[in-house]
Amino acid sequence: MSEFEPKIVAFVCNWCTYAGADLTGTSRIKYASNVKIIRFPCTGRIDFMLLLKSFANGADGIIVSGCHPNDCHYTSGNFHARRRWMMFKDLMDFMGVDMNRITYSWVSAAEGAKWAEVVNSTVTRIRELGPYVSYNQMVNKPVEEEVQHE
Amino acid sequence: MNSLIARAKELLENKSVQVIIGYEAGSNGIARPAFISDPKDAEKLIYDDRCIQNLALYLTKHEVKHFGKMGIVAALPVMRSIMMLISEQQVFAENIVVLGISSDGSLLDMADIGVMKGYIGKADLGNPAKDEELIARLNKLTPAEKFEYWQNELSKCIKCYACRQSCPMCYCTRCSVECNQPQWIPVQSNTHGNMEWHILRAMHLAGRCISCGECGRACPVNIPCHLLTMHLADQVHHHFKVHAGTSDKMSSVLSTFDPSDKESFII
Repeated sequence: MSEFEPKIVAFVCNWCTYAGADLTGTSRIKYASNVKIIRFPCTGRIDFMLLLKSFANGADGIIVSGCHPNDCHYTSGNFHARRRWMMFKDLMDFMGVDMNRITYSWVSAAEGAKWAEVVNSTVTRIRELGPYVSYNQMVNKPVEEEVQHE
Repeated sequence: MNSLIARAKELLENKSVQVIIGYEAGSNGIARPAFISDPKDAEKLIYDDRCIQNLALYLTKHEVKHFGKMGIVAALPVMRSIMMLISEQQVFAENIVVLGISSDGSLLDMADIGVMKGYIGKADLGNPAKDEELIARLNKLTPAEKFEYWQNELSKCIKCYACRQSCPMCYCTRCSVECNQPQWIPVQSNTHGNMEWHILRAMHLAGRCISCGECGRACPVNIPCHLLTMHLADQVHHHFKVHAGTSDKMSSVLSTFDPSDKESFII
């Protein structure tokens, strides 16, 4: 069997991290190819349901990244997003969903090297954690014919 | 509860309100919501330990609003729900009269929203001991055990959405689960979809939930889904030092921000 290759989905904002990832490429910096980048208008647009759907569809890890605080193209999208992530993380921790599989970061358009570092460290971490078996088992659990109620 | 009945009667007789939302004795010894519009019926009103349903739910319902000005029997959780609804402009202060009930069951004089705000400000806003204990027990589990616990609980969910229907803050006329373009939450009941629904519900109530526990009581299969929203309400207080439903001019936590918000997980 071949070595496990993590599937990582990256939700990034158009104005900072997407441009930053572009810079990584134009700077000829090599980084792990496990990441699939999805461009959003703003981090404020990244709904927590998108993260859940990524896990449900087989992602092993997720990166969420946008402009540094005070750098948002729309002035406050990342501040709103930050509060939402804080709440989401608390809820996921309470329910036992593995938050080590999600990397949150601020990567500006000038931080091509940081983007490579974020991706590489996430890939290394997810490689150690292995595939997200417990979530996949839940998704693929057959529906029971008879549900036992107390 | 003679003082409550007398007050309700007086309000209806002098036409200060057109309807009183309160509790009456139902079948099998339960208390059920009552909508009293005739002063003669005011005697049906009761208030005792059985009266725990959050009546603020009805303030946003078309069928109740069409009566006109509403009086509402309100213990602390109902008062906080009313505050939250006023701050979200779903209820207008001049449209309601609050018949406040103190923690020992006596009638309070709530002349206006300012008085109610003062009362809430002085009240104990902690969670019920039973729920507090359960949350503490869950917090001690390992992530894998927590995941297992919630999978077991949520696999029971039959997607009846009673948790949503019983919640005063879930007043959207078109809920995310009714949208099918895109279909965020699968229609049928399965553990994964059920979990997505309960996460979505808790997130949409983050910073708005006043921890009345009505969703958990409404659940026909006894899922402690109120713990999710209650835990988030606690976390909101931990991070942002606010309790929902304590002011009539408060934006919910997730619709505002502070540039100096502190977290530890963003690299």
